[in-house]
Amino acid sequence: MSTPAKELCRLGLREAGAGVAAKAISSTELVEASLARIQATDGKLGAFLAVCADRARAAAKAADARAARGERRSELDGVPVAVKDLFVTKGVPTTAGSRILEGYLPPYDATVVERLEAAGAVIVGKLNMDEFAMGSSNENSAYKPCHNPWDLSRTPGGSSGGSAASVAAGQVHASLGTDTGGSIREPAAFCGVVGVKPTYGRVSRYGVVAFASSLDQVGPLAREVGDAALVLRTIAGHDPRDMTSSTRPVDDYLGPLEEGARGLRVGVPREWLSGGLDAGVEAAIRAALDTYRRLGATLVDVSLPHSKYGIGAYYLIAPAEASSNLARYDGVRYGLRAEGAKGLKEMYAESREQGLGAEPKRRIMLGTYALSSGYYDAYYLRAQKVRTLIRRDFDEAFRGCDVIAGPVTPSVAFALGERTGDPLQMYLADIFTITCNLAALPGLSVPCGLEAASGLPVGLQLVGRPFDEATLFRAARALERELGPLPAPPEP
Amino acid sequence: MPISDFQVVIGLEVHAQLLTASKIFCGCSTAFGGAPNAHTCPVCLGLPGALPALNRSVVEMAVRTGLALGCEIRPKSVFARKNYFYPDLPKGYQISQYELPICEGGEVTFTLDGRDHTARLVRIHMEEDAGKNVHDVAADGSSGVDLNRAGVPLVEIVSRPDLRSAEEAVEYLKALRAILMALGVNDGNMQEGSLRCDANVSVMRKGASELGTRCEIKNMNSFRFLKQAIEFEARRQVELIEAGEPVVQETRLFDPDRGETRSMRSKEEAHDYRYFPEPDLPPVIVEAALVERLRGELPELPRAKAERYQRSLGLSAQDAGNLVADAAVSAWFDAAVAAYGAGPEAAKKVANWVIGELARLANETGEAPAAWKLTPARLAAVLRLIDAGTIGGPGAKQVVEEVFRTGAEPDAVVKAKGLAQVSDEGAIEAAVDKVLAANPGEVEKYRGGRKNLVGFFVGQVMKEMRGKGNPAVVNALLRRKLGD
Repeated sequence: MSTPAKELCRLGLREAGAGVAAKAISSTELVEASLARIQATDGKLGAFLAVCADRARAAAKAADARAARGERRSELDGVPVAVKDLFVTKGVPTTAGSRILEGYLPPYDATVVERLEAAGAVIVGKLNMDEFAMGSSNENSAYKPCHNPWDLSRTPGGSSGGSAASVAAGQVHASLGTDTGGSIREPAAFCGVVGVKPTYGRVSRYGVVAFASSLDQVGPLAREVGDAALVLRTIAGHDPRDMTSSTRPVDDYLGPLEEGARGLRVGVPREWLSGGLDAGVEAAIRAALDTYRRLGATLVDVSLPHSKYGIGAYYLIAPAEASSNLARYDGVRYGLRAEGAKGLKEMYAESREQGLGAEPKRRIMLGTYALSSGYYDAYYLRAQKVRTLIRRDFDEAFRGCDVIAGPVTPSVAFALGERTGDPLQMYLADIFTITCNLAALPGLSVPCGLEAASGLPVGLQLVGRPFDEATLFRAARALERELGPLPAPPEP
Repeated sequence: MPISDFQVVIGLEVHAQLLTASKIFCGCSTAFGGAPNAHTCPVCLGLPGALPALNRSVVEMAVRTGLALGCEIRPKSVFARKNYFYPDLPKGYQISQYELPICEGGEVTFTLDGRDHTARLVRIHMEEDAGKNVHDVAADGSSGVDLNRAGVPLVEIVSRPDLRSAEEAVEYLKALRAILMALGVNDGNMQEGSLRCDANVSVMRKGASELGTRCEIKNMNSFRFLKQAIEFEARRQVELIEAGEPVVQETRLFDPDRGETRSMRSKEEAHDYRYFPEPDLPPVIVEAALVERLRGELPELPRAKAERYQRSLGLSAQDAGNLVADAAVSAWFDAAVAAYGAGPEAAKKVANWVIGELARLANETGEAPAAWKLTPARLAAVLRLIDAGTIGGPGAKQVVEEVFRTGAEPDAVVKAKGLAQVSDEGAIEAAVDKVLAANPGEVEKYRGGRKNLVGFFVGQVMKEMRGKGNPAVVNALLRRKLGD
């Protein structure tokens, strides 16, 4: 075969999988192309923290053997993918983007990793991310920043920046990320790919290094809506090892994919389009809404009055849970341990001082404070009450519409270093995505064009009723089909 | 020091390990012992990414416990995280229950000096145990962490400060232990730490209405230590007050070697556990139907059983109380009574053996009744040999001991050891004659009216016959020969 690596890499996920099944291409070719592309581009991109070439080649060989026997585990059998470094992978370095886990080799696989591999997907590596998934620009990675393939001077978004950049740059056909406050949708928007944050409980969190347990959710990133739907169908469903995972059957996301937008009631929250948006982003969003109208959907004015408290509630709940979830990184049993500490307390303090970056420390302090006796009611409990109000806003809104649409981010990808000195400014990047996590709803980011001034991608956010990912995919696909694919980003 | 001017006030927090086969949040074994960290997995090691999955049998055992103690069972209870740093706590938090525990209220009734006392309960909640730090194992002086116990299911049973003496605290704990064992939710093994308690102790002047400042004494694993610790602590607090010094609220440890309590940490450095609802576990729902099923399955509890022993078997309160303190022992007793034959007389005989000789032997070997080689049927056989006059008291003791150790059949032991009682008048007469001939002075005194010397003659004859003489025949012959 003589298809150039770059072309193989641009194949859609289902396209590549079908090619393997038809024996038109081999999994080994796909994996070699992916490894070669990572080799060629990642020096500039910085999307990977670890590449597991041996494991990937062995898996590709096994997939090819299956193809030779006419067996096919799933539509993504033999296709190279990669996962955020937040997912534990047996024997493969898993750092969660933190020094404190440097050199850690987990003894088990996350459920989503197991499910991808059971479906035949080939995992080629672990993707760069903000430390413990805390950040909106991937600059909090303890190892290196990730760059946006559309403009290497800009951020790919965070915290699943590596997951978005690697898919956009054609290193892999799809990836997994996690979304706690927007960490799949925001980088998907910045990098011009599709990113899905499923309903809380739709995908098992077993083996996902925890950031904020009641908000974290695993989801796919891919270049096409249908590919994202396929990956979600592969990883979704009840897992007895995660008691917060739902026992509800997984819908057929691909079946209704091409049903179009006709008859769909698209809710437009008036709070989301009333100022604070960059003009270019707003223009792209309004154009996308017009497209829906043209495709036969009805636009409905809805209100989410408590949205404005979302950031405040989030930055109490998420750090509170994080302060507890990160307590296990104490230097006692694995990961980094400070040398030369005198006594136990000093060992704890020094190991955490050396191993954790500024953002996790900031959130641990915030969370510890919010949970401490005397402050619990005023902060944590109050934030939980706000959370209930936000959920009720959405319930109310969904009485009048099937899906809510709006911006993912207030701006296109910003420059690396632009906001690192101002954490609050950075937190505002998640203003449109955070409420969806607080309300445990599914949300999706689909490219809706390029901003005229910068030529950078803009994402449209779609939010659905609980467990109604199928409608999100259908609505996103309608837009994708109408707008056509984005051009490929420039070669890094 | 007029300690008698003061009233000691005690509340207990009892930690009981539930007898599940696997841990509370994973499938690892709860077996005691094993190489360090042999019974561990990502979940109980708290590895990154691992999540707890609740073992439902823990919930059922907690509900059984609550029902037996008269608690309200919450239809919806919530797990919480108790955050603190310690090397044996792998996640940096313990999963416990805080605001909404599974059981609330309830009480424990116990008997002390023939009087019934009742201590009220605050709550019962479920939690996971921590691991343990192991010191002085490595050549370089470093310490190890063994997480075999991490994730072992516990219930914590918290009483109100209703106990008024160390003795009351001990009897409370004994009664609670008996109930837990009767329920089959705990093995009562305090040495291995499957039952242990913390005591909150304060003192106040008699007649005062306000409780004094309390100290918490952690982790006592025997009745004796509990008593010693409370007594020491009460004395310490009284001495402080008498000296005009304040009692400082703090956590203390009991040192069994020195018999004293020592400060562990003061209120100023007390932990702020930063409890919050465990986001990895949904609320625990206990359906009414489950509660009713479990209520219907409750076994006879120790106090009810002790009353039954007194009422229908005619045992004394003390014997009955003794038997029901350990559910396994009373089950063994029930089986032995069934094997030997009902009726107060038979029951009393069985009880005497169980409380006396068998308790002594079991204490030596440390075996649980279920493992005794002396089965209920074998004790019944021994008793029947006594009834038939085949063996006497001393012989029976030997038989029981031999059967207990070897599991041989009683009649075989009698034969092999030649323990059969001698009732043959000729043999006994020869021995009697020999004894009377050897003790002419005593014979004279007896005939002169010192009738209580008969005991001496019986003893001598038995000695002569190496314990095998039938006491009734020996007595009769002696009296005849001595001219009564």
